[in-house]
Amino acid sequence: MSRFEYAPAPESRAIVDIKSSYGLFVNGQFVEATDGKPFKTVSPASEEVLAEVGEAGPADVDKAVRAARKAFDKVWGPMSGKDRAKYLFRIARLIQERARELAVLESLDNGKPIRESRDVDIPLVAAHFFYYAGWADKLEYAGVGDDPQPWGVAGQVIPWNFPMLMLAWKIAPALAAGNTVVLKPAETTPLTALAFAEICQQADLPPGVVNIVTGAGRTGQALVEHPDVNKVAFTGSTAVGRAIAKSVAGTHKAVTLELGGKAANIVFEDAAIDQTIEGIVNGIFFNQGHVCCAGSRLLVQESVYDEVLARLKRRMSTLRVGDPLDKNTDIGAINSAAQLAKIRELSQIGEDEGAERWSPECELPANGYWFPPTVFTGVSQAHRIAREEIFGPVLSVLTFRTPAEAVEKANNTPFGLSAGIWTEKGSRILWMANQLRAGVVWANTFNRFDPTSPFGGYKESGYGREGGRHGLEAYLAH
Amino acid sequence: MTTLDSGVDSLADVTSSEDRLRRFLLGLPGVDQVGAEARAATLSTRSIKTTAKAYALDLAISMIDLTTLEGQDTPGKVRALCAKAKRPDPADPTAPQVAAVCVYPDLVATAKRELQGSGINVASVATAFPSGRSSLAIKIQDTKDAVASGADEVDMVIDRGAFLSGRYAMVFDEIAAIREAAGDAHLKVILETGELVTYDNVRRASWLAMLAGADFIKTSTGKVSPAATLPVTLVMLEAVRDYHEATGLHIGVKPAGGIRTAKDAIKYLVTVNETAGPDWLDPELFRFGASSLLNDLLMQRTKLATGHYPGPDYFTLD
Repeated sequence: MSRFEYAPAPESRAIVDIKSSYGLFVNGQFVEATDGKPFKTVSPASEEVLAEVGEAGPADVDKAVRAARKAFDKVWGPMSGKDRAKYLFRIARLIQERARELAVLESLDNGKPIRESRDVDIPLVAAHFFYYAGWADKLEYAGVGDDPQPWGVAGQVIPWNFPMLMLAWKIAPALAAGNTVVLKPAETTPLTALAFAEICQQADLPPGVVNIVTGAGRTGQALVEHPDVNKVAFTGSTAVGRAIAKSVAGTHKAVTLELGGKAANIVFEDAAIDQTIEGIVNGIFFNQGHVCCAGSRLLVQESVYDEVLARLKRRMSTLRVGDPLDKNTDIGAINSAAQLAKIRELSQIGEDEGAERWSPECELPANGYWFPPTVFTGVSQAHRIAREEIFGPVLSVLTFRTPAEAVEKANNTPFGLSAGIWTEKGSRILWMANQLRAGVVWANTFNRFDPTSPFGGYKESGYGREGGRHGLEAYLAH
Repeated sequence: MTTLDSGVDSLADVTSSEDRLRRFLLGLPGVDQVGAEARAATLSTRSIKTTAKAYALDLAISMIDLTTLEGQDTPGKVRALCAKAKRPDPADPTAPQVAAVCVYPDLVATAKRELQGSGINVASVATAFPSGRSSLAIKIQDTKDAVASGADEVDMVIDRGAFLSGRYAMVFDEIAAIREAAGDAHLKVILETGELVTYDNVRRASWLAMLAGADFIKTSTGKVSPAATLPVTLVMLEAVRDYHEATGLHIGVKPAGGIRTAKDAIKYLVTVNETAGPDWLDPELFRFGASSLLNDLLMQRTKLATGHYPGPDYFTLD
């Protein structure tokens, strides 16, 4: 060998024990689904079938909601906050103990690189449980009144991009506030939620406090529309979010929606250039771009456009695409064939509309769902790739000349989940942050998550906040 | 002016007056501390195993400047070090030689004799190392003395006091003068990044040294803490990469001090590979100023070959 080529460094699969089939987790036990057809979950990196999972039909969902109601009335609701906290701390510690197993399982089922599931997802999952455990006995100090009360039963539907992290964002605050939950993980990534069900058993969580029902849209619909659900929380596409909003309109259900995004990542000429390039890469290629707050619209000041593009392309050439379980992989597999088709379609549209497409040379594995990191230049606001959420490793680059123009372009979108500002000038950061219509504005960084920090959107990116004290508020009636 | 589109001509221009030099250095893009450290941390999570590890270990050995810079150094100590430089692992002749032996000027002749015909360079610290607090005349004389004794490489220190007080032209002139005094010897310019403190300063000092004729930019003397760190080395690698982009010239980087384990050395190699690029994975362009590192590299090398760790006594002290 004459060059420094990294030998494969695969994380061992031996630590996870995937069963051939899984039932639903209802009332503290794994049970067979009774009125749905089992479906398969595959590893997107190899298309290998990992397990067969039960589909919960309306009758199964009803059982789960009834179990949650009973647990809320008899055990979890009346329990002191201090005691609820003990369970949450216990769950957090179990997650830490089983962190490696959960990371491997997540990478297998979702396709994301182990580097991310190990270093980002699972540590954040534990952090969320620890953080909300701390709130459980201090609800009256959350700033939502003297005697805040849980809603009751929370029906939660989460997406496939951060299966375990989204579970934590939903379940931790709900339980801390005293609610019980029925959670439906995405049909392509149910395995870590089922591992979490085992953790609930290990933690001796009272039966019915957490219920997991697996399935696709039909299951989610049954859950959201169930008359005995008091609070609905959904993270996913804007289209489904809109349907949910319609279905709960006129009911007494509380709702929070975390939907799509098309974030502007704004680079000024005085930005710290090398760190900015890292931030752009992290903003769009993290988790294969399957991030609702991804910085998918890069707005570069014209005076540094050439330099930023040259450096970005050079940096993209060092990204390593491939086996998600290899510790040296930067970009893993696209989560599903359907998502891959969507990314391909929108990229083709980008080309057809006249934008220039570029990807570094990289060999993609023969099996599985893969898409190379891609950048589109010559994009204008009128292009579809600048308006629609692609939810893949595809970056559109636009330019601007003045801060006011940057704000105008950044806000000219139906979404408003996040934005990024890159400049060494502090006053400009503060001014921009006030102008941008986005729930999260990162300055000189991107895609940073923290349990103490609220997250949520404007406009079609949804409503309500998760994380921090605000995230707790969403689970309290006041 | 941006760093990428500045050609050789305009770079010559920026050194034409004190004011221009200052404006150029202050106009370099800033370094975001949090971002630079996060990037270095990410690079250090690369997992280098099996064949890649074997390659990296040998490469790292071949990049070492085996160094002794103590007041108590003797010709005997230097001879022992030279013997080790030629044959790092007496039990395994396949272990590569190191790149250079680095000593004080008065011991250059001894080292030169010992290393005759080995292909290993003799490096000498000069310019009132490690503080650099002497007159320019003394520094020039120190340098000439080392070169006259046979030094192939000169490691000079910059005047950190002048740099921190913003007298960039003075630092520039001093480096240029030493460059001239060093003649054909390779010039390594020690920035002493631990005293420069900020990454912005590290980037400016890197550019200043390169503009003034450095062949190598080096982090530290090893006498100041903190010495080499991965983020500092990352910033310097970005500087040599950008300088190459602007001029076509290859400038080397040498982290020195505090790198003790093979694991650390591999993190540096990964950072070189992914920042400046594979061209820099060469003793001509990257060195480790770290003597205690050698034995750990040898131990890991033996472990890879035999499957078990020999004890420390199986390797020579120096």
